[in-house]
Amino acid sequence: MMITIRYFGLLTEVTGCTSEKINFSGTTIFDVKEVLFQKYKTLKNKDFQVAQNNELNTDKTKITSTEIALLPPFAGG
Amino acid sequence: MNRYNRHIILSEIGLEGQYKLNNAKVLVIGAGGLGCPVLQYLAAAGIGTLGIIDFDIVSESNLQRQILFGFSSLGINKAIAAKKRLEDLNTSISIHAYPEKLNHKNSVSLFKEYDIIVDGTDNFKTRYLVSDACIITKKPLVYAGIYKFEGQVSVFNYKNGPSYRCLFPNPPKEEEIPNCSEIGVLGVLPGIIGSLQANEVIKIILNLGKILSGKVLYYNSLNHQSNLIKVSRSEKEIQKVIDLAGIFENLDEGIRCKVKNNNITLKEALTKKNIQWIDVRNDTDQIINYPEIIQIPFEYLEQNLHKIDKNKEQVVFCHAGIMSKKAVSILQKHQIEDSFSLKNGAFEVMDYFKNK
Repeated sequence: MMITIRYFGLLTEVTGCTSEKINFSGTTIFDVKEVLFQKYKTLKNKDFQVAQNNELNTDKTKITSTEIALLPPFAGG
Repeated sequence: MNRYNRHIILSEIGLEGQYKLNNAKVLVIGAGGLGCPVLQYLAAAGIGTLGIIDFDIVSESNLQRQILFGFSSLGINKAIAAKKRLEDLNTSISIHAYPEKLNHKNSVSLFKEYDIIVDGTDNFKTRYLVSDACIITKKPLVYAGIYKFEGQVSVFNYKNGPSYRCLFPNPPKEEEIPNCSEIGVLGVLPGIIGSLQANEVIKIILNLGKILSGKVLYYNSLNHQSNLIKVSRSEKEIQKVIDLAGIFENLDEGIRCKVKNNNITLKEALTKKNIQWIDVRNDTDQIINYPEIIQIPFEYLEQNLHKIDKNKEQVVFCHAGIMSKKAVSILQKHQIEDSFSLKNGAFEVMDYFKNK
């Protein structure tokens, strides 16, 4: 299925976009991350949380939405 | 009270609400991009006691966004310059400037003096320090962070709500996320995000509307997209901080983001002065009995952190250097930074002490 991934903060610099659609065949957040780590090698070094349906998820959470957000912490002030 | 007329005529605030504001004590950490708008609105709103802590001085490149300062503030400490400007804005409130660095030692006693803490800092090390000190002192934390054109805002530790560590349990692996001085920031952005923080502070004091607790707001100033992401309380993450309460003020100055090489040989270990040896083996039939060595079996490590002398460098050993590696990562998670795992394990230590 096609899912939309949205990137925030400095993650947009890793991916070069604020959102994109990817073809996804896994079942969990972990699987989504694996697909993205394959696509963007440096993404693995970044800290972020993953949310779907506007709720934080863990690696084990099942994908139930077609939109996933990758949320990094912001240091600046 | 004429100055507060526009508050008082709001039925949601009234004279009673204005008195609440006048009796409130708010501490703002950092008088920078976020701190300036927060302080400006809180002083104007008549927050009775405002604390400002910042060790930095005003430089010319700050003036693009740090709106409390002008040309005459250049070279002056930010907390002091902000106090001077705010005293002109509102003469009826009391403002305390702390021209110093926040650290584990001064944070707890300082936070206890205030009702609400506002995070306007610009680095992860201080953010985690602020968050942990708020957990320990049970103070609500009005948090925000910015990145280029985006901001995130939340209220932590509010009425049993989640903390910053429930959202981001650990500081980033590397201090690879640059701050405004390295990467740039749109000047208006901290104005927008800091104003949201000031708004939350006032809402908390007045018990008004829905507090941004249990949610983090992501805002993008370029496309006006905002997302409210639900954050749940993690008792585990909060308890880890509470466990540090007894030793918090003695902790090293914050959390290092870079992980250094903590896997060392005996020879490297012996170059260190002031070593505390920790034996984490679970089977204790071969205790090496020397006063420099303490025994904390790996499975009980987290419950026994108080036994560890933070003023010493910790050299942890087990049978073969595997469990000790895990132990070091646990110690580091608890901000015991100067801890090292001994590669070759107990037999080397035994040899060394026998022949010493």
